[in-house]
Amino acid sequence: MTAVTVDDAPISLGRSVSTARRVRNALATAWMIGSILLVLVPLVIIIVYVVSKGAGVLSTKFLTENVAIVSRFPGGGIGPAILGTLLLTVIASLIAIPLGVLAAVYLNEYGAQGSLARIIRFMADVMTGVPSIVMGLFVALFWLDSLHHGYSTFAGALALAALMLPIVIRSSEEILRLVPLELRQASDALGARRWFTVSRVVLPAALPGIVSGAMLAVARAAGETAPLLFTIGLTYKRNTQIFRGGQTALSRLIWDNAQQPYSAARDRAWGAALTLIAIVLVFTVVSRVVSARFSTLRRA
Amino acid sequence: MAALAPVETGRRARPFDLWSDRAFRAVALGAGFAVLVILGLIAFYTTKEAWPVFRHEGIGFVATDNWDPSNNHFGALSLVYGTVMSSAIALVIAVPTSIGIALFTNEVASERLRASIVYVVDLLAAVPSIVYGLWGLAVFVLWANSWYGSIARTIGTLPVLDRVFGGPATGASIMTAGIILSVMITPIITSLSREVLATVPQEDKNAALAMGATRWEMLRVAVFPRVRGGLVGAVMLGLGRAMGETIAVALLIGSSQQITLHLFQPGDTLAAAIAHDWSEGQGYPLWRAALIGLGVVLFVLTIAINMAARAIASRSMRLEAGAP
Repeated sequence: MTAVTVDDAPISLGRSVSTARRVRNALATAWMIGSILLVLVPLVIIIVYVVSKGAGVLSTKFLTENVAIVSRFPGGGIGPAILGTLLLTVIASLIAIPLGVLAAVYLNEYGAQGSLARIIRFMADVMTGVPSIVMGLFVALFWLDSLHHGYSTFAGALALAALMLPIVIRSSEEILRLVPLELRQASDALGARRWFTVSRVVLPAALPGIVSGAMLAVARAAGETAPLLFTIGLTYKRNTQIFRGGQTALSRLIWDNAQQPYSAARDRAWGAALTLIAIVLVFTVVSRVVSARFSTLRRA
Repeated sequence: MAALAPVETGRRARPFDLWSDRAFRAVALGAGFAVLVILGLIAFYTTKEAWPVFRHEGIGFVATDNWDPSNNHFGALSLVYGTVMSSAIALVIAVPTSIGIALFTNEVASERLRASIVYVVDLLAAVPSIVYGLWGLAVFVLWANSWYGSIARTIGTLPVLDRVFGGPATGASIMTAGIILSVMITPIITSLSREVLATVPQEDKNAALAMGATRWEMLRVAVFPRVRGGLVGAVMLGLGRAMGETIAVALLIGSSQQITLHLFQPGDTLAAAIAHDWSEGQGYPLWRAALIGLGVVLFVLTIAINMAARAIASRSMRLEAGAP
């Protein structure tokens, strides 16, 4: 913490720095440190609340049992919601990650600075700003109404995938750009075709970084609620059918229970919140470990 | 070693090579096109489904504030107002905080401290929006109730200030939504600001320090002029995020369609209204169209803000890169 001292005017040329300047500098430093403390307050309070209120609720029974249909009485569990969250996230990842990585390959390996690539890159950036609720509306109108499918896990996964896609594209492209040109040239010089170079040389070199970026997108999708309100319907039992029947999710279950005035519903919401945070945290930590362990590209 | 012969200039590409390479390129391009297709489809389907309400209300859909589904009146101005107001409160709190954190991380903190700050801010971003909503509703709203009450009884009795802080105060209000939003957008503004700050060359900072500037003076003369555009871009992206945030706001803003300067009063936002009215509105074609119309307005607003933010940021970056 030595760097935090106030008067580190680096080179005083014999003359001392005036009090007014010292005070201004100290005020600026106080602002910065104050900001850090300010952001710690809500984080700590929220985590303490979720852990203390949620931990009392958690039990194997709670984690595995079916969801209670009447939420005002104690009982029931969140088993189907955990399954739903995992299914939705996995399917969304299976759609968004391959598509996003391929798009990134196009942007970095083929399109480069061409006008089409620049338009796609710009639009992917813009797409990261589209609110998740609009993605949900879109899937409801397109997939459910227009193509006449019913509520399903797949519909929810489509909405989450649309949300993940631009994040995966931009983070993968950043990583592909870090792969040294020499690797590509070496492969070209051996007579490899471009697709071979990309799939056997460039992508393996970039894999840890791509995984790390993708996991952050996965973590974001796992916690989403808004797009699911319009797309997955509802269920109280486990549903492993991807294309048929309603689905539920942890975030959805919290949304339903948080709005109830009953303490049983609130408890259920806190337990589900702790579970959801744990799942999201696992994705985030995995992403960090992967990128820290294999960050050879960044170091180069 | 002739078998390896790496540079085989005379070798003709076999048909499979050519075909496979073109196919791969086409597939990759197709994936890139998915972005354009999805954005196009969003614009098309939402506008098409919302068309009945646009025809029914005309410009009044965004210019009047009579939101009365039971009488088929759909003026969404109060929702636009709530969206802008709650996001504005969020920015007022989040911008100084985020830039303060970014400056501390990039310019002051040691290597190790920097890593832990980044970790903490990332953690804040990892908390799902529904958890902010739950905590806000179960805990913060109760605190806010008493805080707002005492503020209304003191500051709220002064002239002028009573327009904003006076009157009956409730926990679930525009102010509460703004405060929770500020926590939620701080990580994004912070990380974007850090990226922008990292573009300032170390030589410039060293030059200022060598002239005897304090750290604050160095930031003012060497850093701020270079990053102004980038920071504006970062703040606008945070604004876009705040305006589109749905779940936490829907739980905390109180869901009352009114235009009021009183920040301790309930309000409503575009995104929140869609979320809590969607299932109820299903049976009424015009109400449903109106909710989709809110989505269109939100989509247009956030896209416009995003495009402007990126244009401002990239133009200022290019200017800086061109400067000697």
